[in-house]
Amino acid sequence: MLRQTPLTATHRRLGARMVDFGGWEMPLHYGSQIEEHHRVRNDAGVFDVSHMLALDILGPDSRAFLRYALANDVARLERPGRALYSCLLNQRGCILDDLIVYFTGEFQYRVVVNAGTAEKDLAWIRALRQRGTPDITPQCGLCMLAAQGPNARARVWDALPETRNATEPLLRFHAAQCGEFFVARTGYTGEDGFELMFPAVRADSVWNALMRAGAAPCGLGARDTLRLEAGMNLYGQDMDETVTPAESGLAWTVDLSGGREFVGRRALEHGHPLRKLVGLVLLGRGVLRAHQRVVSAHGEGLVTSGGFAPTLGRSIALARVPNAVNVGDAVHAQVRERLLEARVVKPPFVRNGRSLIGPIGEPE
Amino acid sequence: MNVPAALRYSKTHEWARLEADGTVSVGITDHAQERLGDMVFVELPDIGRKLAAGTECAVVESVKAAADVYAPVCGEVVAANAAVRDAPQSINQDAYASWLFRLKPDDPAELGSLLDARAYAEQATSEE
Repeated sequence: MLRQTPLTATHRRLGARMVDFGGWEMPLHYGSQIEEHHRVRNDAGVFDVSHMLALDILGPDSRAFLRYALANDVARLERPGRALYSCLLNQRGCILDDLIVYFTGEFQYRVVVNAGTAEKDLAWIRALRQRGTPDITPQCGLCMLAAQGPNARARVWDALPETRNATEPLLRFHAAQCGEFFVARTGYTGEDGFELMFPAVRADSVWNALMRAGAAPCGLGARDTLRLEAGMNLYGQDMDETVTPAESGLAWTVDLSGGREFVGRRALEHGHPLRKLVGLVLLGRGVLRAHQRVVSAHGEGLVTSGGFAPTLGRSIALARVPNAVNVGDAVHAQVRERLLEARVVKPPFVRNGRSLIGPIGEPE
Repeated sequence: MNVPAALRYSKTHEWARLEADGTVSVGITDHAQERLGDMVFVELPDIGRKLAAGTECAVVESVKAAADVYAPVCGEVVAANAAVRDAPQSINQDAYASWLFRLKPDDPAELGSLLDARAYAEQATSEE
């Protein structure tokens, strides 16, 4: 039996193709995944992300606890309202999950983790509590929506005018609680927008208000192509418990400054990563897909995520390759029996609706 | 489910239509395109290639996955649809207008061994 979000019946009513995503029954698309992708790049779309788990971490020890538990340093969050992206590492310095932590008030943080790893994360975090004794409370009664796109904030304000005053001044990677709505200017698409968390009983009324305001329903399919264009990793695909942040393009999220002790630090300081994650742009026709072999002058690698990039009209990928491979290099990906030429680029591929990969020429 | 009565079908979701000139047009069914989602890439067989029934001879790729296309009957490839190669999304718009390739069948009677519309619709429904 698949788990359902507060909006599962609504997605079905809208004609969504529903799929099993990490044990959750989720919408893949509502007709055309590519149209949904373009709606987010050009206007505004809404994703049901209620399968993700919010954990509230409360207590005088919460800051010290998270400074130990997370690879990025929550001490960077100087004031309540700020957010930080971090990996959760094991003692080997490998990635248990990636998450966003919001500083929500004095002695209060909210951590949002992936659906497929939620139970593992919760058990792991609870087991670390000998380092402090904050209250760790999963927020299971929440609906979470991501409104994304250049017009997404305006659509949210149309739908929920009571949130406007508190959320209009929010900078990127900041959040505010307004009444029952927790509103964060974060997302997973490379576009501006808000992520909203609120009591599940309001799920349908808020969803419908966003539809009336002109936001398009968008499924996991578009979410995947948008995040890939934005150069954002997907846990379980581009990274997992076998790789470190440095091998996953995430060294920038590990704060090694000062003497802060955190889980995985010692392993990272003694490790010598041999591989790294890069972007690939396929020069000709075809589609890069996860698990394809990558052949370079410096050895072989593997595509971790690949697909057709609707904004670019060609195929792109994230790939784990030997360290000596550099941006600008020509490599080949094995697509069925053929080796197709690809250029190595530095992700992101697209940000705020625009291509960042420079001229490559039409695919044939 | 859109399964035109005038066509023949394979268990692997190709449709086949005998044309007035004796060739057989081949495409993928509406059910198949609906399951695959937005099409983004099509690879077609070379003209002149001789195919046995059941041979992998083309690939359609959607945002979701790559799918092999099999020759429904034995024959020689006499045409490939460049318009579909250039605009794969036409398969989503009208799967039965978007033929992928045409075969000159070794034996036109072989079409009779394929599924009719009712049998294909039953198979497709049971897969839902």
